[in-house]
Amino acid sequence: MVELEQKLPCAGLLPLSIGKVTLEEVDLGQLCSLSPFGDASLLGAALEQHHGMALPQPGRMTGKAGARCIWFGRETWLLAGPVAYADLAQSAAVVDQSDGWASVALRGPGAVDVLARLVPVDLRESTFKRGHSARTMVQHMTASITRTGAQSFLILVFRSMAGTLVHDLKCAMEAVASRR
Amino acid sequence: MRIAGKGLIDRSQKVSFSFDGTSYQGFAGDTVASALLANDITLMGRSFKYHRPRGVLSAGSEEPNALITTGQGGGRAPNVRATVQEIYGGLVTRSQNAWPSLGFDVMAMNDLGAPFLGAGFYYKTFMWPKQFWEAVYEPVIRKAAGLGALSGKNNEDTYEKAYAFCDLLVIGGGPAGLMAAWAAAQAGADVILADEDALIGGRLNAETHAVEGMPGATWAAQMAAQLGEMENVRIMTRTTVTGAYDGGMFGALERVNQHNDRRGGAAPLESFWRIHARQSILAAGALERPVAFQNNDRPGIMTAGAVRAYLNRWGVSAGKQVTVFGNNDDAHQTARDLHAAGVHVAALIDSRHDAVVEGADFPVYRGAQVCNATGRKALESITLRSAHGEQAIQTDCLAMSGGWNPSVHLTCHMNGRPRWNADVQAFVPTPGAVPGMHVAGACNGVFSTHGCLQAGVVAAKTAMAALGKRATSVQVPQAEDAPYRLTPLWAVPGKGRAWLDFQNDVSVKDVKQAAVESFRSVEHMKRYTTQGMATDQGKSSNVIALAVLADATGRGIPETGTTTFRPPYVPVSIAAMGAGAQGKGFAPERLTTSHARSKAMNAPMIEAGLWYRPSYFPKAAETHWRHSCDREVGYVRKAVGICDVSTLGKIDIQGPDAARLLDFVYTNVFSTLKIGRVRYGLMLREDGHVMDDGTCARLGDQHYVMTTTTAAAGVVMRHLEWVTQALHPEWRVRFASVTEHWAQFAVAGPKSRDLLNEVLGAPLDNEHWPFMACGAVEVAGVAGRLFRISFSGEHAYEVAVPARYGAALFDLLLAKAEALGGGAYGMEALNVLRIEKGFITHGEIDGRVTAFDIGMQRTVSDKKDCIGKTMSQRPGLMDAERPQLVGLRPVETAQELSGGAHLYDQGAEAIRTNIQGYVTSVAYSPTLGHMIAQAFVARGAARMGEVIRFVDAVRGLEAEVEICAPVFVDPEGERVRG
Repeated sequence: MVELEQKLPCAGLLPLSIGKVTLEEVDLGQLCSLSPFGDASLLGAALEQHHGMALPQPGRMTGKAGARCIWFGRETWLLAGPVAYADLAQSAAVVDQSDGWASVALRGPGAVDVLARLVPVDLRESTFKRGHSARTMVQHMTASITRTGAQSFLILVFRSMAGTLVHDLKCAMEAVASRR
Repeated sequence: MRIAGKGLIDRSQKVSFSFDGTSYQGFAGDTVASALLANDITLMGRSFKYHRPRGVLSAGSEEPNALITTGQGGGRAPNVRATVQEIYGGLVTRSQNAWPSLGFDVMAMNDLGAPFLGAGFYYKTFMWPKQFWEAVYEPVIRKAAGLGALSGKNNEDTYEKAYAFCDLLVIGGGPAGLMAAWAAAQAGADVILADEDALIGGRLNAETHAVEGMPGATWAAQMAAQLGEMENVRIMTRTTVTGAYDGGMFGALERVNQHNDRRGGAAPLESFWRIHARQSILAAGALERPVAFQNNDRPGIMTAGAVRAYLNRWGVSAGKQVTVFGNNDDAHQTARDLHAAGVHVAALIDSRHDAVVEGADFPVYRGAQVCNATGRKALESITLRSAHGEQAIQTDCLAMSGGWNPSVHLTCHMNGRPRWNADVQAFVPTPGAVPGMHVAGACNGVFSTHGCLQAGVVAAKTAMAALGKRATSVQVPQAEDAPYRLTPLWAVPGKGRAWLDFQNDVSVKDVKQAAVESFRSVEHMKRYTTQGMATDQGKSSNVIALAVLADATGRGIPETGTTTFRPPYVPVSIAAMGAGAQGKGFAPERLTTSHARSKAMNAPMIEAGLWYRPSYFPKAAETHWRHSCDREVGYVRKAVGICDVSTLGKIDIQGPDAARLLDFVYTNVFSTLKIGRVRYGLMLREDGHVMDDGTCARLGDQHYVMTTTTAAAGVVMRHLEWVTQALHPEWRVRFASVTEHWAQFAVAGPKSRDLLNEVLGAPLDNEHWPFMACGAVEVAGVAGRLFRISFSGEHAYEVAVPARYGAALFDLLLAKAEALGGGAYGMEALNVLRIEKGFITHGEIDGRVTAFDIGMQRTVSDKKDCIGKTMSQRPGLMDAERPQLVGLRPVETAQELSGGAHLYDQGAEAIRTNIQGYVTSVAYSPTLGHMIAQAFVARGAARMGEVIRFVDAVRGLEAEVEICAPVFVDPEGERVRG
């Protein structure tokens, strides 16, 4: 039997390091969207019980590296890392999205300046703290952006747009680097 | 003339630049205007309409005259203000609107025709004959009048757009802005201080006033340095705030690298910022207004404040013998500063009889006015008129001042109208004109340095209170606090043309003429004379013009009112606003997992929405796309073809009410669909017309996967959101797009099952996997999904795996297909296959057709309601007269057909009123050996076998075609079940 080779969305495009900012692909593991049927508290309880993390408020992320839950839009969350426990499907539509997203980490002093070229929301550390997450745009692409550290962000866009994501971020990284 | 020891320029750094082909030297810190003046060049441009020689009027971004073109080739930029453009080594500048040269301009003959060319001339003269306007008059006028021109080449320069956020945006870095920023920063607010100058300080850099016992410029530099070190302050120099918009948004243009020779690469030339500020303080200062008198536009005549700025900021005297003319005390400072710097002051002329002039070691004329000027290309003398009569004074520079106009522009951007303040004889902002904006300093009619410093602190306190922050107490520095004394003087009476709007060549006479012709409203006067409609928006001229209008109509200025301002405050290059959208930035590219392999096979790509899909896969000997396409059609009809269909929308739908949702959005019933089966579905818009079609598979009791067309994936998602959020929020159903998660390939053709049986974990057979079956499968060891569906009419499947395996599976399927005599097929072949089989795409369901029109009325179930059902039953939507979907075949089999052609009865003239229908899709069918088409024809279903006339007026094609059923291949549907 043939074995099918796996390919990550940004294969051959990353990593990049321009100025003091780096961009690399992140393999978040399993990605599942969780969309509760009605009341989200049942899903919250199941998530707490089986995965040990709370269902985050809109615009927030819970969990830790390797097992995160990211608010992902209206009454939708993204469980990133662990394989979703079967019980979650009792209270929510659990949909495998593992291969649907290109996930990259933008890090370094100036990362926030790079995103200021592409993202129309306020990502200053005073207002967008670690664990804050936004569904917004990266240039023309819908994206999920989460602050994972003082100078690091997790960015998700559709897998098919990985090339454009890298292109747009690279241009912005170069523009920011040109000002130093 | 450069003055030793004066100015904030760096004399250790000489800079060479060129103007009209001649090289000049200046110093680092010079603008083009200051450097040219230092080189005794006063003629810098020609006026818009009359091509009159013009020199610099101002020292800032309001400049109407000294417009130059910078750069070369695609990077050429017209209408750059010489007063703003900083010089750098290698800068190339040219004058504009002059031919053959700035010194000798043929079009200056317009000036002689001035009596005929006044306001309204065009409207009255170029009316007849009507068609001459576009063909003759306008091109000629445009060529004669105008400013700089674009190169017509693609601009390769890099531009940038960016966002910024702050608690407080301070607009303007003069004394008011600096104190406002300082006070707000002390209170802990996140502050952005934006100033359009390279140097923070505003008028402090142009004056000799002391602040806190030190030169104002030094104090400003110290403040800027202290602010710059604070974490919560961001200083943006060379950044003009161009507009105030809803919700605390501001536009701002930053000239990032306009002051140096960095071009190309990643460094942006300009950046267009969108700044969100919770509060803002406008500290934009004021602009000095000229006085209108005959020939007040001669090169060498400029505002008094500009003459001071050139002297104090750039160490340049604008003339060797300078005359000062004003109606206010502030103008006296120009004479004093010049005299102190050793420049000969020919005279100080104050129009007020009671003017008090301190420390005057030069001739002073009170109660006198300048009424004329001589010297065409450079000022030679002025005529002084007083009670004693007229006398000429030899002078090469006249510094004039009619008072100051607060820079109210941004407060007008949200419909605010400034109000007249008689104390300062100027319009000041109406409080609250822009929500959250506080106005401080000269732009609010406060003209002393101390007054501005204090106003900055007060405005900051108000802003901090609005932000809920406690303002710390801030000491207001010591500074001059002279009262602003002025007696209005707008236009000096006299003959000849006295200029108001220098950039659009509007004179006092034009405004009076407007009043005579009943254009008495200020808005009408503006449009009739074009006053204030040039690129400077009349910054220097609007107030004088409406004062002249007020006088001409016998009303006061407050009754006359003012025109207002729109964004942008200064001209903004389209390149900056469109930054990021050049080249690949125009739109995202969506690439399939098979993209690299398709490119390697030299497949040309076509765009479907944002997706890139292969058109066809050319082989070495094939010279025309049709060769490749016909071959690929043959794969599917005779062996097996592989096609990436991942781009079709895939929506995962789950929940107890999933079936109910599908019954509601599709015309047909899905609640009865068996698990493990697929059904074709048609979706209507609320208006009853067809929205989209596709298949929907039932994977579990409460689990479906809907497919949409590639183009409508987003539209259908939005539709489902609308239905579940607005129409039936009580339904327990959720859906998610899984388009990106699955790589999906069509395996189509008589050998498709043979191929799949080589890659699937368990073999397929017709009993367990009949037509329209679906389910989970193991694909080369990977968990995938299989759907037995067909868009070609052949025995076919679609196999899906998680996208990470997509590239590998495509390679594997291709290898297997090739071994079976098949291969990859692209969009062209896919299209031929579906037309042969009579399947539709958005070429047919273009938004105007109903289910009835496409012969699918039977799919609209009468057992249930669905979206669009009622509306589709409106009169006329199921009328037999409507164009209905049919097939067409040419009577002559060699005949070519084309999409978009119209159809007429035989013998009927090919005119609009005779149209019987139109062609939506055509293809050459290699299976049948002739062209075939899909078309909509009136009463089509009842006209099978009829021969009608096919006319493509665009391509010049004409043919006879026979109406037939739209299914050309295997109408019984045998093959698909094979």
